[in-house]
Amino acid sequence: MGVGVEVRDLNAWFGQNQALHDITMSIAPNHATAIIGPSGCGKSTFIRCLNRMHETLPDTRVSGQVRIGDINVYGNGTPAVQIRRHVGMVFQKPNPFPTMSIYDNVAAGLKLNGFRNARRLDEIVERSLRMAALWDEVKDQLKKQSGASLSGGQQQRLCIARALAVEPNVLLMDEPASALDPISTGKVEDLIFQLKEKYTIVIVTHNMQQAARVAEFTGFFLLGRLIEFDKTEKIFTKPSEKRTEDYITGRFG
Amino acid sequence: MSQDRISWARTVKDHLATACAVLAILLVLLPLAAIFLYLMQRGLSSINWAFLTQTPKPVGEVGGGMGNAIAGSGVILAIASLIGVPVGIGAGVFLAEYGRNRFGNAIRFTADVLNGVPSIVIGIVAYGLVVFRQKHFSALAGGVALSIMMIPTISRATEEMLLLVPLSVREAALGLGISRWRTTVSITLRTAAAGIITGIMLAFARVAGETAPLLFTAFGNQYWNWKLDQPTAALPLQIFAYAISPYDEWHRQAWAGALVLIVLIVSVVAIVRIVASRGLLKGTN
Repeated sequence: MGVGVEVRDLNAWFGQNQALHDITMSIAPNHATAIIGPSGCGKSTFIRCLNRMHETLPDTRVSGQVRIGDINVYGNGTPAVQIRRHVGMVFQKPNPFPTMSIYDNVAAGLKLNGFRNARRLDEIVERSLRMAALWDEVKDQLKKQSGASLSGGQQQRLCIARALAVEPNVLLMDEPASALDPISTGKVEDLIFQLKEKYTIVIVTHNMQQAARVAEFTGFFLLGRLIEFDKTEKIFTKPSEKRTEDYITGRFG
Repeated sequence: MSQDRISWARTVKDHLATACAVLAILLVLLPLAAIFLYLMQRGLSSINWAFLTQTPKPVGEVGGGMGNAIAGSGVILAIASLIGVPVGIGAGVFLAEYGRNRFGNAIRFTADVLNGVPSIVIGIVAYGLVVFRQKHFSALAGGVALSIMMIPTISRATEEMLLLVPLSVREAALGLGISRWRTTVSITLRTAAAGIITGIMLAFARVAGETAPLLFTAFGNQYWNWKLDQPTAALPLQIFAYAISPYDEWHRQAWAGALVLIVLIVSVVAIVRIVASRGLLKGTN
């Protein structure tokens, strides 16, 4: 089941450079929330702070509070590894593990964390691939074919299946369709629609039509600040902020 | 018209570049082929079952062989690999994953210097470390000397190959909640395995033919010896001793020994490659 995400006074730095300024927003469970804004506005940094991926880069720093359900993400003594098991992440470029078969790619998160029940694993792999709408295309060569040999769109759905296999509560998607052709993009968007029933989804996108199509809520970021956060419909029809309006009508960015 | 001329010029350049590449390949292969053919010519006639299984005969007696030296080389190289491969890979992992700082740079520089240290000097170091304490020459000392030579090559190869693994692959693993250590072992190292194996094979092939570091470590032995703490024969040592001797029979055996050494190195490298490519999933590149 999806859980809500509460963000309070979140700041993030790369070295001396502050990438996020006092972000406060609450993300509704079992809905899709889109994050839009021009390049370099901190969208990716923001969602990477939600599962503590930001701190894996050298010379980075975060302050503020993030709660995912009842987990305090930046609480004392909460290991980052533990949090990432509750928060799936799909990246901009499909990144299957190149030396692993399709099956092992999906099973990786469980297997490498010590899950050993082979029958259960088979079920989870099938269920995850079905949820990612990839099962029918790959079911005959699960263990024979490398994940890297699939097409770009299939690879991205494989990565989604891989993220779903660890049964996260929240799914973060960092421009998941920006490297895909329109047909694959359509498939990924359909998927987001279905996944909302079970997961809370935060999706970063450059594509405003995409945000309008898949997300109930939209946040507009500019220069590391959350300018406006509201129902998607409102953001795209009558935004309260001039800067939001300028951006969505294409006057800058 | 001018379009045609441009494409004509491009075709010529294309063929020229291809020809240069082919020429370079030939230049690389030529010395190898020449050495191999010459060794076949001089050594093949002396290779027989006795040569591969017997110990050397005293001067003046015909026959005998390098069986003990072949076995000794195998033992010494096994020791060298057992020490050199894990340490080399470990150092390479450290440099790639945690070595983006001055400490890492210092290690990197040290490894490069170590790579350039003359092999005879490494023999002396192993003499001081092992032989001097044990009070006698041994296969172990020879293995230690060769392992020291393997480590910098393997660690640099491991580091380079790990750095070629895209950040996105690491992030995929971290994003799944896999710990950094597991990510390195099961994802990054596995992705880079083919390249690392090539590095290990280069290091192995290089030390397999080394003579100088064995002179006062393994020392050589005219008889069979399976004890790791006793002087042990090795193919390069035997070839060296026979080649500088005044006897025709020994010269012939030295040629045969050199041929066996090359064939063994090529076989080990080939077998490891085949086994490794079976183990890893195909069609990854």
